[in-house]
Amino acid sequence: MSDKSRKILVALAGQPNSGKSTIFNILTGARQHVANYPGVTVEKKTGSFRLQDDRVELVDLPGTHSLTSYTLEERIARDFLLNDKPAAVVDVLDASNLERNLYLTFQLAEMDVPLVINLNMMDVAEKRGIKIDTQKLSQELGAPVVSTVGNKGKGKKQLKEAILSTSKKGRATPFRINYGDDLEPVLDSLEKSLSEEMEISGRYPVRWLAVKLMENDEEAQRLVRKYSQKSGVLLRSAEEKREAFTLEHKKSPQKVIAITRHHEGQRIVEASVIRKKKITRTLTDRIDQVVCNRYLGPVVLIATIYSIYELAIVQGYKITEYTWPALAWFRDIIASFFPSEGFIFDPFFRSMPIWVVDGTIAVLNYVPIFLILFALIAILEDTGYMARMAFILDRIFRYFGLHGQSVLPMVIGGLYVGGCAVPGVLACRGIKDEKARLATILIVPLMNCLAKIPFYVLLIGMFFAAYKGIAMFFISTITIIIALSVAKILNLTVLRRKLSAPFVMEMPPYHIPTTGGVLRRCLERTWLFVKKIITIVIVVSVIVYVLIYFPGISKEKKAHYISQSDQAQQTFFKKIGNDNPYADLMAGDNLMEFTRYWRDYKKARMGAQGKKAKQAIYQEFREKNFEFFKIVKRGRYKVKGEMIKDKHARKVYNAYKKLGRTTNKLRREIKEETIITSYMGRAGLFLEPLTRWAGFNWRVNIALMSSFAAKESSVATLGGIYQSPPGEKNRLEERMKEKEKGWTALHVLAIMLFMAMYPPCIPTLLMIKGETGSIKWMLFATFYPIVLGSIIAVLIFTGGNLLGLSGMQAMFAFYILALILLVLMGLIKREPEFA
Amino acid sequence: MTLDEIKPDQECEIVDTTSGGIMEQRLLDMGFIPGTRIKVVRNAPLVDPVEFLLKGYNISLRHSEARQVEVTLL
Repeated sequence: MSDKSRKILVALAGQPNSGKSTIFNILTGARQHVANYPGVTVEKKTGSFRLQDDRVELVDLPGTHSLTSYTLEERIARDFLLNDKPAAVVDVLDASNLERNLYLTFQLAEMDVPLVINLNMMDVAEKRGIKIDTQKLSQELGAPVVSTVGNKGKGKKQLKEAILSTSKKGRATPFRINYGDDLEPVLDSLEKSLSEEMEISGRYPVRWLAVKLMENDEEAQRLVRKYSQKSGVLLRSAEEKREAFTLEHKKSPQKVIAITRHHEGQRIVEASVIRKKKITRTLTDRIDQVVCNRYLGPVVLIATIYSIYELAIVQGYKITEYTWPALAWFRDIIASFFPSEGFIFDPFFRSMPIWVVDGTIAVLNYVPIFLILFALIAILEDTGYMARMAFILDRIFRYFGLHGQSVLPMVIGGLYVGGCAVPGVLACRGIKDEKARLATILIVPLMNCLAKIPFYVLLIGMFFAAYKGIAMFFISTITIIIALSVAKILNLTVLRRKLSAPFVMEMPPYHIPTTGGVLRRCLERTWLFVKKIITIVIVVSVIVYVLIYFPGISKEKKAHYISQSDQAQQTFFKKIGNDNPYADLMAGDNLMEFTRYWRDYKKARMGAQGKKAKQAIYQEFREKNFEFFKIVKRGRYKVKGEMIKDKHARKVYNAYKKLGRTTNKLRREIKEETIITSYMGRAGLFLEPLTRWAGFNWRVNIALMSSFAAKESSVATLGGIYQSPPGEKNRLEERMKEKEKGWTALHVLAIMLFMAMYPPCIPTLLMIKGETGSIKWMLFATFYPIVLGSIIAVLIFTGGNLLGLSGMQAMFAFYILALILLVLMGLIKREPEFA
Repeated sequence: MTLDEIKPDQECEIVDTTSGGIMEQRLLDMGFIPGTRIKVVRNAPLVDPVEFLLKGYNISLRHSEARQVEVTLL
């Protein structure tokens, strides 16, 4: 083995709020990689750095208070230490909270790993008048001790040196806790029997196993069962010892072990820490007097939630107005690589890629919102306010089987109007209670995401124009009312068997977050999102494209449209006549070229606002093709500063305008027919007999089904289905009213509520799969909203019709019904069940 | 008496934890061991959960969880 460039595996362990991530950042710098631990949704951060001739690979273990097998995080940390056998483990301790932090250190030492003790946040400790004798501490623990101030980068060099020397020595930290005269003999005898089992003693530290067996640790028992021939005898003897001990000492060994560890922590702190002064009230206490105050607390909380909404959703949305042109430009660049559009039929290899690109940039458009949102979340986490939010809100949310920490994901998902379920689902990671976490993940998509808003606005404009404010308030608040009830129903049914976790939550001291830390996290999460989403969106939009555009219109129909288009072209040439000097310019393929020029020009003019922009466009198109420019300007253009009126060009303009209108009409007819005869269209027709009960006809069915790919497209699809007759420029809501004469406000209300309950978009579903770690939950999240939405729509439409309610009456009736359900759900009591 | 009965600003000493299972382990891990002095800092605005100060750090529990800790008032 060449020893020149060794790869050293080092793990970073520590309790939550010990500043572990700042240590990770100062050690690894930019070389970081985020993934999940295999098979679970716990984030695994790895990074690497050079250490003299060696390359260190640093793995950030989940922050845990202890190393039992009760929680996923603790099991992961433990399994990593046992199976990957790192050459050194850096144990990060909050120096101002040494006693409690040592509790984990002892358990790490028990696992026979070489430890580097890292006293972090030394500045905070000093401020609190705590002075630590590091030499004494090092002596007590039998491991090197390095002091650092992580957020200021102090102590980095010394820490690296300690890592190097510890990994080179490769010797486990010898420190062992003496569990006392009652327990030690029992442990001894267990250790002895375990040592005789070569297979198990070769793999795992026997002292650790013995302690774990006395703690009645399920994972340790599983290991014994797996690797020991005599596991039956061993486990039975451990159980007998446990029972005998409990009977004799009136305390479980588990409790004695925990108590001894705390006492040992106390002893070491007393031996190595000098407390110079006792500070009674810290800054954190003073802040909490306001932030957790009975009256001011909720005010601060609402203000915080509102600011998140305002900054990320409202302001972020404004930023997208500036980033959108860049994306549109990018789209045009990509479009230019594909075959050009046709007169009435576009080639497949143009329309399909552009459809995909459009779908992708529709998602990318939200990136500014994500950046702001993720930065704000990182700040909330780092300051410690997140814990206070949970503290204040837990009472309300617990009524519905949720957790105090459920509020943030719901705000992000769109608690009032506008949000996004993708980061909403991602934000559920913080919820420690598995049952509540799953419930939150499943209801976040019921919130009002940004893409649903245009759809609501359109429908409200159709039948509730007179009560716009009330209708908007109804749809914005009904979703949270329904979502809370749904959470409780899920809690009582599908999530019944999932285990809750105790609330027990640390309220960490407030911290000022570092810019670097916040930026890093926000960029990291955004990038993760972009990377993951793009690939899937591409695949799914191809599928949806096929469903909407295939099998396509029949050959006969196609021939029919082509002949109509040819006829229109002949009329055009007849109109301008052979003697027109521009006749040659338009002949043959040139007509198509002009058509493209015309479309580009119209598009550019539409987007241009103000005189300056217009002038720039004139200039651009004039340079592009002066002859064409003469025509699109209706024969009025300047030559050498002189205004010219070109009769011939004007004639061509008028004739082309007519041709263009016919062509557009044909294109629309083709599109409509394509959609109707497509697989999606057939499904829409097929479902009509069923969806009639909800008031949906096949057109609505198509629009709703196509929204599955991206809700943004729902309004566009409706626009495609409800074409305006040529020459008329009615707004979409008027066109829909025109075509759907039989509609009442009940129709619209039913559609609106179905949309409110609409299944998550593809990126969200993907997040749900990632965060729940199961396709099963992803499918459940897809189908339960459809069922729920259908029930509600039928209730509104059929129920409303039977009772003869008007739209507004149905709205009020439904609102009251939902509120009653909410109260009933809140009243159902259910004590949390733990392992 | 049990920890959930202690009013804000009162101080008490832990006698024992009684729940067993994960709940008790969690409490033991967080330092709720016999002999520890513990102070009730405040109730949440809606009374539950409740915040405690022990050994220099703050922990919040639901009342139903605090009921699992036996204490004597100081």
